[in-house]
Amino acid sequence: MLAHSLFFYFFSSIAVLSAVMVTVSKNTVYSVLFLILNFVTVSILFIMMGAEFLGMIMLIVYVGAVAVLFLFVVMMINLGDSEKVSALRKGFINNISVGSVVGIIIFLEILVAIGGWKYKDNFSPLSSLNIDTKITNTHAIGNVLYTDYIHLFQISGMILLIGMIGAITLTFNKKENIKRQSYFKQISRDKKSAVTLVEVETNKGVKIDE
Amino acid sequence: MNEIGLGHYLTLSAIIFSIGVIGIFLNRKNIIIILMSIELILLSVNINLVSFSIYLQDLVGQIFTMFILTVAAAEAAVGLAIIVIYYKNKGSIQVEHIKNLKG
Repeated sequence: MLAHSLFFYFFSSIAVLSAVMVTVSKNTVYSVLFLILNFVTVSILFIMMGAEFLGMIMLIVYVGAVAVLFLFVVMMINLGDSEKVSALRKGFINNISVGSVVGIIIFLEILVAIGGWKYKDNFSPLSSLNIDTKITNTHAIGNVLYTDYIHLFQISGMILLIGMIGAITLTFNKKENIKRQSYFKQISRDKKSAVTLVEVETNKGVKIDE
Repeated sequence: MNEIGLGHYLTLSAIIFSIGVIGIFLNRKNIIIILMSIELILLSVNINLVSFSIYLQDLVGQIFTMFILTVAAAEAAVGLAIIVIYYKNKGSIQVEHIKNLKG
């Protein structure tokens, strides 16, 4: 049990420190890298708790997709000039007082809610989805995710699809001077509009486009 | 050292949540760091759900954590796309310059 608590304090202190560094570091690229460190440590905490599948999914989705997306956007946007960076950090010192007051108040409120909270003695969970210790975590999630929660699962797939379509249509720019296929025009052509029969007189030829 | 229980994890999630809120206040000019702070807040919500799920031996919390993960990914993609086209149009991403919609 001692090792467990030691590991908990180690990883949670890394998580808190990296979260602080995300907000205070000068360079945006460093912020993204500290965000990655934060995600990795939190996924390790999930694995320690016993939610192995979610820990691994956190690694894949957050570190592999979201953080890399942030890195790419930071790369595409030119934040390199020193005057731009200083303009982005203007007011950082002035906002510390208000920000820390609001943050500490929120933290104390949550702490009061956690500290004064207790289950009733005759508490019984409403759900019957108890964790079965005989099968693995991934197996248990798969058992319910594709049966009881299939509609929510498919709706979350639709959300991802809509997010993908939205991101593509927002950033897609149409280029001029490029010949593209127009499927609708091509399919809706018929013989009448495309082909004409012409009687060609001798020695005169045919004028095209008339 | 006493045993690590639900309260420890809830306290950790409260700390990360407050750091996210403070981050929004401190970096009001840099919209990318604001988005990252929102990701931190969503992460703390995930910690909360998972720790309750383990504590109550109830799987629903982990399943809803997966749905929060999905929504967070879609939100980050769309938000970053908006930042990219805004940068293309204006040449900067300072939040205080975004006042064309001022009524």
